[in-house]
Amino acid sequence: MTEPNRPRWRFRQPSVIPGFGLTFGYALTCLCLIVLLPLAALVWRASGLGLSGIVDVARDPRVASALRLSFGVSLAAALTASVFGFLVAWVLTRYRFPGRRIVDAAVDLPFALPTAVAGIALASLYAPTGLVGAQLARVGIQAAYTPLGIFIAMVFIGLPFAVRTVQPLIAEIDKEVEEASATLGASRRATLVKVVLPPLIPAVLTGFALAFARGVGEYGSIIFIAGNLPYVSEIAPLLIVIKLSEYDYAGAAAIATIMLGISFLTLLAINLIQAWSRRRFGYV
Amino acid sequence: MSESALTLGGPRPAARPRSATGESRAVRWTLIAVAVVFLALFLVLPLLTIFVQAFSKGFETYLATFREPDAVAAVKLTLTVAAIAVPFNLVFGIAAAWAIAKFEFPGKSLLVTLIDLPFSVSPVVSGLIYVLIFGSQGVFGSFFIDQGLQIIFALPGIVLATIFVTFPFVARELIPLMQEQGNAEEEAALTLGASGLHAFLTVTLPNIRWGLLYSVLLCNARAMGEFGAVSVVSGHIRGLTNTIPLHVEILYNEYNFVAAFAVASLLAGLALVTLLIKSVLEWRYAGELAAGGRH
Amino acid sequence: MTVQHVSRPIRSLRRLACALALAGLVPAGALAQTAMLNVSYDPTRELYRDINAAFAADWKAKTGEDLTVRASHGGSGAQARTVIDGVPADVVTLGIPSDIDAIARLSRKIPADWRTKLPNEGLPYTSTVVFLVRKGNPKAVKDWSDLAKPDVKVITPNPKTSAGGRWNFLAAWGYAYERDGKDAGKADAFVGQIYKNVPVLDTGARGSTVTFAQRGLGDVLPTWENEAFLVLQEFGADKFDIVIPPVSIYAEPPVALVDANVDAKGTRKQAEAYLQFLFSDQAQAIFAKHRYRPIKREAADPKDLALLPEIKLFKIEDLQGDWDTIQKKNFDNGGLFDQLSRAGR
Repeated sequence: MTEPNRPRWRFRQPSVIPGFGLTFGYALTCLCLIVLLPLAALVWRASGLGLSGIVDVARDPRVASALRLSFGVSLAAALTASVFGFLVAWVLTRYRFPGRRIVDAAVDLPFALPTAVAGIALASLYAPTGLVGAQLARVGIQAAYTPLGIFIAMVFIGLPFAVRTVQPLIAEIDKEVEEASATLGASRRATLVKVVLPPLIPAVLTGFALAFARGVGEYGSIIFIAGNLPYVSEIAPLLIVIKLSEYDYAGAAAIATIMLGISFLTLLAINLIQAWSRRRFGYV
Repeated sequence: MSESALTLGGPRPAARPRSATGESRAVRWTLIAVAVVFLALFLVLPLLTIFVQAFSKGFETYLATFREPDAVAAVKLTLTVAAIAVPFNLVFGIAAAWAIAKFEFPGKSLLVTLIDLPFSVSPVVSGLIYVLIFGSQGVFGSFFIDQGLQIIFALPGIVLATIFVTFPFVARELIPLMQEQGNAEEEAALTLGASGLHAFLTVTLPNIRWGLLYSVLLCNARAMGEFGAVSVVSGHIRGLTNTIPLHVEILYNEYNFVAAFAVASLLAGLALVTLLIKSVLEWRYAGELAAGGRH
Repeated sequence: MTVQHVSRPIRSLRRLACALALAGLVPAGALAQTAMLNVSYDPTRELYRDINAAFAADWKAKTGEDLTVRASHGGSGAQARTVIDGVPADVVTLGIPSDIDAIARLSRKIPADWRTKLPNEGLPYTSTVVFLVRKGNPKAVKDWSDLAKPDVKVITPNPKTSAGGRWNFLAAWGYAYERDGKDAGKADAFVGQIYKNVPVLDTGARGSTVTFAQRGLGDVLPTWENEAFLVLQEFGADKFDIVIPPVSIYAEPPVALVDANVDAKGTRKQAEAYLQFLFSDQAQAIFAKHRYRPIKREAADPKDLALLPEIKLFKIEDLQGDWDTIQKKNFDNGGLFDQLSRAGR
């Protein structure tokens, strides 16, 4: 591809709009200073251990079990949030009922409510002495201070992601397609499963991935409600804090790097889902 | 809903004809009930708990909490942090959105992914990275300490961690919005002789103002409420480096539950106001807000 | 859309920016007077509030200078870490000697021989570990051996992050070591039995107290003596009982000057006076009032002293050696606590 008469390669496509150099340069500088440089310092610090050292940290039984817990529970919570999030999004866009707008606004609560505040509220609610916890205790379930507590906090945190990624797409579904399907004799269930649902899958997956990524990293709301027992209810972010208290900077950086790698992969997955969706369905 | 008359019809067409593109009444109300109960249990009940606990010893005790000098200092610090972090991210977000939405260049999606990264980084890690850089044991730690500059365990560190955590908020909201609106209006203004800045202020800004306000609101709520990252870099010095969420934790650990929930109610109130304004914006200017629901 | 119309939000934005900038200046002005910082461990919040006020008044009377003593509290290990990372602490008053050793070793901001700089090896007061149980002591907890019974749930903080957690751990170990004819292996196993009974491991002593007292979890809370009394006072004496075990540990929460920081800040004079003040009669009486054990018993109110019972106390150094050894054997990565939690999962 080296035709001699090909125009000089330019970084950006020509445009009459000014300000590219200024805004691009400024944005990139901020990005580097605030995000990339500090993250590079983290990876650099962890690299002091070498790749084998990081693998050793990850294979330390306590670290491995914390990572397993964080990822496992977050997966379960993201799944739950996705299922209920889809339901909530469906109900909010498709049905009209009194108080719908209030419910709609309430979905964003976990975005706006500080995590520590959410944590103490959830802990006092789900503890055996709490309003909900006492009811659960009666049927022999202990929610707070067990992995179930972590699960509850993560569903709380992840729910808005699951709802808000799906909601606009449900609103945009072309009713005529549904009608066509119904007119052609498909049952309502068949219409839902074969016509309505498939285009929504990328959005559901995106919401799931966002809820998952957020749940894995969440700290503030979980430490109040988790039991923080090693091997049982100790999450990876807490282990980073504990490693720091033990002056084990390299260990803390190593766990952080592992988590960082996984967040990056999650984001990459989201982008791939969206690219695939754009090809398959023509929208994100 | 005129089409629904054509459909096969429910048991009582006179009341509300059953639509082939809708669920039966029973199913519909069951789904609504499940959704509402689920949200009540997971979202509304925790919120109510905060206010019930905060006022459990009466209004006077509630007010007394905010006369404590440490509480006042925490509120002031939080406002200061938000006053620096939010405008910073506002300017960054506009610049990034302008560069990304108005121009075509390679590596754009990588850039967007990198801007998104702080969303999925654990808050604890966000704090840790600044400790690793500016701590006494850190990369530049001794340099800044030799200059007599306290970065972490002081205002700059708290601001940096907050900026990191809220970094994507404005950019993420504006990019799809500006992409959707395209370049035609700006190009017209420029052709008519407007300067670039003038075109931005008179054409772009009015087009994105509601999206901008919306993102600033969420950015602000997160900036004021951040706990994990700030807790790592704060040093927890009473009256000096404790933000409101950290002050909540302190009160909680002093068995002063009523005061802890009272201060927490301040943040919960902020969250409610944020949601209220946000909802009003959504209802009135739905078309002018970005379609994507990602925050 | 006209220019005038659009510029309105911009102008109000500018006004907002001015207001915000002004708001930012307020806290900066508040820092002008002399201030020093005491970085302390979790349960001393109420204590140092009184001590700091008393010292500020004393300092004002002696020198005429207005001095603000700020305090920072948290798990002892976490607090030591922030000092290592650069919190500008003038003095540290931590829960266990090994945390000050760690600051000395990792940051050199404190000289390694810090114990020799102050009276009584830097210990202005001591304490011990007692048990807090639910009213009426339904599980009949009397001694450390009861904590290892399978039906007793024990709430204690994480020894990795909390000094109180470490004293609990060491107290249990020392008890079993003396009971079983100085057999370290049996003592290790005994501690393992207790930690199998722990359903929640908070990061600090305060977290454990909240879990036990507010959330209603567990049957017994081994905790700092002063903390047990504070719980009775804060949560009501009708809900809990204090059980004094026949034997417990001699807990040593030491204090030290952070030399590098006071020299950088020019607060050496104030900080040294503060530490000396802790050994004064006035401060000793305050310690006793908050249920810590003063080293000068004659300075304290006899009524306060009467509440601190006679317990047979052992020093962990006599059983395990110096603090480096104690820290390594029990709490460092791969130490006894790690082995026990791995085996107990």
